[in-house]
Amino acid sequence: MVRMFKSGAGAVVTKSIGSEPRPGHANPTFTEVGCGYVNAMGLPNPGIDLFEAEVGMASAEGPVVGSVFGGDEKEFAYLASKMEEYGAVAVELNLSCPHAAGYGAEIGSVPEMITSVVSEVKSSVDIPVWAKLTPNTDSVPALGRAAERGGADALVAINTLKAMVICPELRKPVLSNKFGGLSGPGVKPVGVRAVYDLYNAVDIPIIGVGGITDWRDAVEYVMAGASAFQIGSAVGTVGTEIFDKVNKGVSAFMDEQGFGSVKDMVGVAHD
Amino acid sequence: MINVVRIIKKTKESHDTYTFDFELDVSAVPGQFVMVWVPGVDEVPMSLSKTGKIKSITVKGIGEATNAIHKMNEGDCLRIRGPYGNGFNLEGKKKILAVAGGVGAAALLPAIAETGCDTIIGARSDKEIILDGPVKKYVKNLWISTDDGSRGFHGNAVELAKEKIISGKYDLVIGCGPEIMLFFLHKACKELGVDCLLSLERHMKCGTGVCGCCVIDGERVCKDGPVFDSEQLDRLSDFGSRKRDECGCIINLR
Repeated sequence: MVRMFKSGAGAVVTKSIGSEPRPGHANPTFTEVGCGYVNAMGLPNPGIDLFEAEVGMASAEGPVVGSVFGGDEKEFAYLASKMEEYGAVAVELNLSCPHAAGYGAEIGSVPEMITSVVSEVKSSVDIPVWAKLTPNTDSVPALGRAAERGGADALVAINTLKAMVICPELRKPVLSNKFGGLSGPGVKPVGVRAVYDLYNAVDIPIIGVGGITDWRDAVEYVMAGASAFQIGSAVGTVGTEIFDKVNKGVSAFMDEQGFGSVKDMVGVAHD
Repeated sequence: MINVVRIIKKTKESHDTYTFDFELDVSAVPGQFVMVWVPGVDEVPMSLSKTGKIKSITVKGIGEATNAIHKMNEGDCLRIRGPYGNGFNLEGKKKILAVAGGVGAAALLPAIAETGCDTIIGARSDKEIILDGPVKKYVKNLWISTDDGSRGFHGNAVELAKEKIISGKYDLVIGCGPEIMLFFLHKACKELGVDCLLSLERHMKCGTGVCGCCVIDGERVCKDGPVFDSEQLDRLSDFGSRKRDECGCIINLR
């Protein structure tokens, strides 16, 4: 996390943290495909108690957003309040991991559950609460509105798309979990569309994520309606210098096009 | 990069170690590794012990995954991802000493083959020494050390390396082996004023620098490493002392 700040990230979002240490799924948990990565890490994390030191170290260098996953409202609220106590500037609720039984998208596909989780977390913390949404649904805006009803301060879209990779010679799915989630350039148009739709559906800010690999991708998300954006897979494909590169590219584009602030670009692709 | 390759040769290196050759025509640098899928069991990082058009992995049976690989034979398929990692940068170095501990010899073999550099292979005892045969083909000086004195120098590889560094005027030491050995090798190189490049190991998942599982301080072993230089090693507070398990919990090494 500290290294990402030094590479130009304005804030970092932690990996999702749960109540107990969790090894995640057995390897293979990850594989490359033509348009990105398919992973089923299975939410590996050291547990919220051991994570205090890590948030503390990272917070000394910049704003840390604590991502958490719980099995019900109470667990989400507990984890969020711990993140607040540790110094996180906001909490991101993982309502969208597509490959962990009982967590993530299994909760975040039901609008009523989203409202209920968000509102329970809102009543437990004072820091902003972000809801990270799944694209594996017939209506992302319906999920976004559910989070807004629960009092979410912002939406994060999108998490990975449900995916599978099979090895023909060995005649079986590669990932130990069989299915996983697709990230990287292949999901970017899906993410941009989700952000565009959400911008029409809600009044709270949207954070765009999914396949951003250069400054153009980032600008697409902003023009679709995102006030900020996140980068993950490109840390592998491009390297940690991705943040600095995107910052410079977006700034140069804004200068050339006469945008004084990122705010002026948010949602400009809408009529 | 993903490839499904066929094993073309299986060689017994010792009582618990085999080398598997396969054809894979992609460029690889000495010191790089691949992720090897063991269907139904695991996917594990393995250093390449040959890096030409014919590549190989040399596998010591230490657990479920490596024992499952041992059961494979000529003609069987392996799905491998990679090569990954930075490898050894040997540019501009004139006199190199390679120091291998146990199966660490596998990761050093391509660099030894490329440079013909002086080599030390150390292990607990004679029966744990591997790849001395292939190494002998490439180098003028090969020295063996065993902790129990059953062959060669009686003592550990670092003690022997110190003697050789003092008398040998090396400008680089490369090493791979148990982390505790590398920790003391790094210390010895610092004391004796010679640069080193050491190949480290951590629990890995993605292999491509995304998931953070193998991070040591701020460095990703899979992407920024696995080979680190003296200055980097100085900065890595976890080197020789701590590692992360598959949950990301920090475990003390000693």
